[in-house]
Amino acid sequence: MSVNKLNYILQLADNALIIGHRISEWCGHGPILEQDIAITNTALDHLGQARSLFQYAAEVYNDLTPEARQSAFTNLNLPEGQEADEDTLPYLRDAWDFKNALLLEQDNKDWAYTIARSFYYDQFAVLHYTALKNSKDVVIAAIAEKSLKEAKYHLKWSSEWVIRLGDGTPESHAKIQEAINELWAYSGELFIPSEAEKDMIAGSIATPMEHLKTEWLSNIYTVLSEATLSMPDANAWMHTGGKTGTHTEHMGFILTQLQYVQRAYPNMSW
Amino acid sequence: MSQEWPLWEVFIRSKTGLDHKHVGSLHAADAAMAMENARDVYTRRMEGVSIWVVESKHIHASNPDEADEMYDPANDKVYRHPTFYVLPKEVEYM
Repeated sequence: MSVNKLNYILQLADNALIIGHRISEWCGHGPILEQDIAITNTALDHLGQARSLFQYAAEVYNDLTPEARQSAFTNLNLPEGQEADEDTLPYLRDAWDFKNALLLEQDNKDWAYTIARSFYYDQFAVLHYTALKNSKDVVIAAIAEKSLKEAKYHLKWSSEWVIRLGDGTPESHAKIQEAINELWAYSGELFIPSEAEKDMIAGSIATPMEHLKTEWLSNIYTVLSEATLSMPDANAWMHTGGKTGTHTEHMGFILTQLQYVQRAYPNMSW
Repeated sequence: MSQEWPLWEVFIRSKTGLDHKHVGSLHAADAAMAMENARDVYTRRMEGVSIWVVESKHIHASNPDEADEMYDPANDKVYRHPTFYVLPKEVEYM
C-alpha cells in the first residue's frame, strides 16, 4: 500500500463528495418539486459513491506505516495510532489535503451553472468509470461498475437540461451559454493526471484519461449543438491545482459547512 | 397562457409480467421530462421496472354523477361471472 494509492483514491472520493455536497445544497430549493427530488436523488448517488471510496481510502490509510501516515497529509485531525474510518477523511482533513477537481467546488450560482457543472462532470464520469471497470484493483473496478449506472443517468438528466435551457427561451439560452463558457476553464483539469495518478496508471490501477478527451469533447459538442449553444474553445487556458490541494476560495466555505458539527462536537452522531 | 407545466399521470409496472398501475401525477414540460420526473419521484425505492406517462388532459374520465346508471345495473347480474363451471384441480389460479 502506498501514499500514491491513497491520494489517488481520494481524488475519486473527493470528486464524488464535493459534487454531491454542492448538489445537495439544492435540497428544498429546487425550481419545482419534481426537480427538487431529482437533484436530491443525484446528490445522494454521489455521496453513496463517496462513501464506498472513503471506506476503501480509510483501509488503505490504515495499512500505511506510521511514517507514511505522517507524510500523507498536511493536517489530519486524527490522534496518532488511531485507525481511520469512512468519516475520518471527509470530516477531519483540511482544504489543502482535498484532491477534488476545481470544477466540482464551484458555486451553484443558479440552475444553469449547476447544470453546466454537472454536465461537464457527468460526461467525464461516464468515460472515466467505463475505463475504470478494467482497473487491476478489484475494489476500484467494483465501485466503478456500480457508479457507472448512476453516472449514465446523471448524464442523461444534465444533458436534457442543457438542451432544454439552450433551446428554450432567449433568457434560458443566455444563462446556460454563460454558465457553459464560465465553467469551461475548470474542465481541463479532469484530464491532466496528478503524480499519484501517473503512478497508479503505471500499475494499471488508474486509467489514462488524456486520450479520452477527444471523445469527451465530441460528446459535449453533440449536446451543445442540439441545444443551439456554441462550443467554447478547446484550446483555451485551463485552471489546475485541485488534484494537488490548491483550491479556489469556495473550498474553505464548503468544508466549514460540511465539517462544522464534527469539528465542534468530535465523534458526535445521531 | 399558464406558466405552469402541464400535468401528467404516471403508471408503473412493479415487475415484469404484471400490469401498469396508476401511482400518481406530476408536472413536466414534455414527455421526456415527465418520464425522468416519474423515474425520480415514483421509482427511487425500487417500485418499478417500467413507466408509462400520459398527459392528464388526454385521459377521459367517466362522470361520477352518472355512477347510478353506469354501475348499479351490474349489481344483480351474478350470472355474468363464470363461477358456475367446475374447474379441474390442476388449474390453480383462475
